[in-house]
Amino acid sequence: MTQTDKKPVLECKGLHRYLGDPEQRVHVLKGVDLQLFRGNTYAIVGPSGCGKSTLLYTLGLLDRQNEGTILVDGIDVSKSNEDQRTRIRNEKIGFVFQFHFLLPEFTTTENIMIPMWKRGNRKTLTMERRAHMLLQSVGLGDKTERLANRLSGGEQQRVAVARALANDPPIVLADEPTGNLDVKNSNIVFELLYQLSKRNNQAVLIVTHNPDIARRCDYILKMRDGVFTTPESAG
Amino acid sequence: MSPNFRIAVRFLLSKKRSMLMSLAGIVLGVGLFIVAQANTTGFEKLFIKTVLGANGAVRVQDKFQETLTSIQIEQEDTGRQFEFGRASGRKYRPGVEHADKVIESLYQFSNVLAASKVLRGAIDVSNNFKAEPAQLFGIEKDMHMLVSDLEEQIVFGSMLDFQRNPRGALVGLALAERMMIEPGDSILFTVGDESHRVLVSGIYETGYRDIDRERIFIDINQARRILKRPHQTSYIQVSLFDVEKADDDRYLMESVVQHIVAPWQEREKVWLQVFQAVRISAMISLSSIIFISGLGMFSTLAIIIMEKTREIAILRSIGYTRRDVTHIFIWQGFIVTVVGILMGWLTGATLTLVASRLPIRIRGIFSTDSFVVDWSIWHYVIAGLIAFIFVMTASIIPSRRAAKLEPGDVIRGTSG
Repeated sequence: MTQTDKKPVLECKGLHRYLGDPEQRVHVLKGVDLQLFRGNTYAIVGPSGCGKSTLLYTLGLLDRQNEGTILVDGIDVSKSNEDQRTRIRNEKIGFVFQFHFLLPEFTTTENIMIPMWKRGNRKTLTMERRAHMLLQSVGLGDKTERLANRLSGGEQQRVAVARALANDPPIVLADEPTGNLDVKNSNIVFELLYQLSKRNNQAVLIVTHNPDIARRCDYILKMRDGVFTTPESAG
Repeated sequence: MSPNFRIAVRFLLSKKRSMLMSLAGIVLGVGLFIVAQANTTGFEKLFIKTVLGANGAVRVQDKFQETLTSIQIEQEDTGRQFEFGRASGRKYRPGVEHADKVIESLYQFSNVLAASKVLRGAIDVSNNFKAEPAQLFGIEKDMHMLVSDLEEQIVFGSMLDFQRNPRGALVGLALAERMMIEPGDSILFTVGDESHRVLVSGIYETGYRDIDRERIFIDINQARRILKRPHQTSYIQVSLFDVEKADDDRYLMESVVQHIVAPWQEREKVWLQVFQAVRISAMISLSSIIFISGLGMFSTLAIIIMEKTREIAILRSIGYTRRDVTHIFIWQGFIVTVVGILMGWLTGATLTLVASRLPIRIRGIFSTDSFVVDWSIWHYVIAGLIAFIFVMTASIIPSRRAAKLEPGDVIRGTSG
């Protein structure tokens, strides 16, 4: 997939990843090439075990590739050290997982502020206002002081979406974000991701098994045996 | 407030019960450590005070003379013979020779506060009630007050009367009780075939039973007459400005005065070692409580880490470094340690105060009617340091393990 008029915000070339013990290692990613552009939503689909999540974690710098290069916002991060990768995750990448992974001891506002605390580029009051704004945008403006474990599953996942956007990252990576939700909440969470990506000009990459969700993305990337088959424009 | 500290506090509060157990262990360990040290040190110091008050910091006794052995050596080339003198031992003569000159020499030492002659001899003491063997101590009445606490140790009668009356005597409380002696009584000293009547001016109590049951103090000139040792001095009792330096001063003093110099540390070595052993044993046993609280902290943090692997993974994924994760858990250990130490100090001080008011009558090696405590900042510092080292070490290990968690593995493991 090439969109030559713009620079990709996330790019990988010849990505290989092996998992497991050296004796029984599995070649999961077999030379994946990919470019993501701002303002677009991408869905990765494919059978279980084809390497979708491994690719997402590798692109999200939670995992290291064995071969190949990754460029985030034009910066080659393939050989960057642990601290640099962590900083890039904080500043450039927002994650949404199948489980919300909110910190139950914190309120919804505080959960959203946690990535901002780490980045430390805003004053506390500004962080709080931004957290409230994000909660408003995911429809939870009235639950700013609610402890995270006092929310329903759908609400928790919406807070997780808001948290992923906390530092206004150019990239949002979502691993089965609706996998744990009912149809209604799945639609709400996907719509949020989709609309916010458009509004904030972010690239959103979603790993999903849900064909309906995939169809509503701008692009569908079909994966099989560790490589993309044919790119397909959806939407 | 740093984000790591903020997160640490919340994690900590989420495991209140487990953390309170660890906290209680630290408080108890630190508190008991302090009170045990306050008591053992308190009793040890009272013992030292008693010993110094009765026998002085240094005792100069027994003249010694180095004995020489001569060795003849023949030079190989010339065949000349040389004779070398070599120290082979010491000859001792009981008592102090030329006591005034020895005292004069002692005053050359800047640490010497006062020195006083004492003549000691065995007598039989009797009254209408009974006869007992005793030790007569002839002292220089005024000077002896500068090398002992005898004046403070008078429990019945009057020191003034003792000082004014040349035939006055001070009798130890244990001996006086056995013989039913009271101030104003007349008692009889018998040495050989001769008897001498003296008047009891006062009864003293050092608290050291061996002293109180046998020593009778009288003027040294009277003692010399009674014991028929007109010019003798058994030993010189010396008080020092800095009693801790007694052991250090001893060798120089010995070489100058050519008499045996016995510092209090050597004279009371056995008891001092007993006190030290008790103090160290208390320190070890109470440190073990702190050690166990450290283990408690270790297991509490290990449990928190096991329960919070997902939270740790998400923190790592949103930009918290391994160092941040370590700090989050070390902060928890630090908070509990610091709060535990502060509360332990308070508990220790309170228990020490309560202990100091507990009535207990002890006679034997010192005299006290209540628990003796020593208020020393060092007890608090040492207790705090032990707690800090144990608990923080116990916190660092699981914290480092938490930092090693791979976020990708954890999140993948919890994904469906």
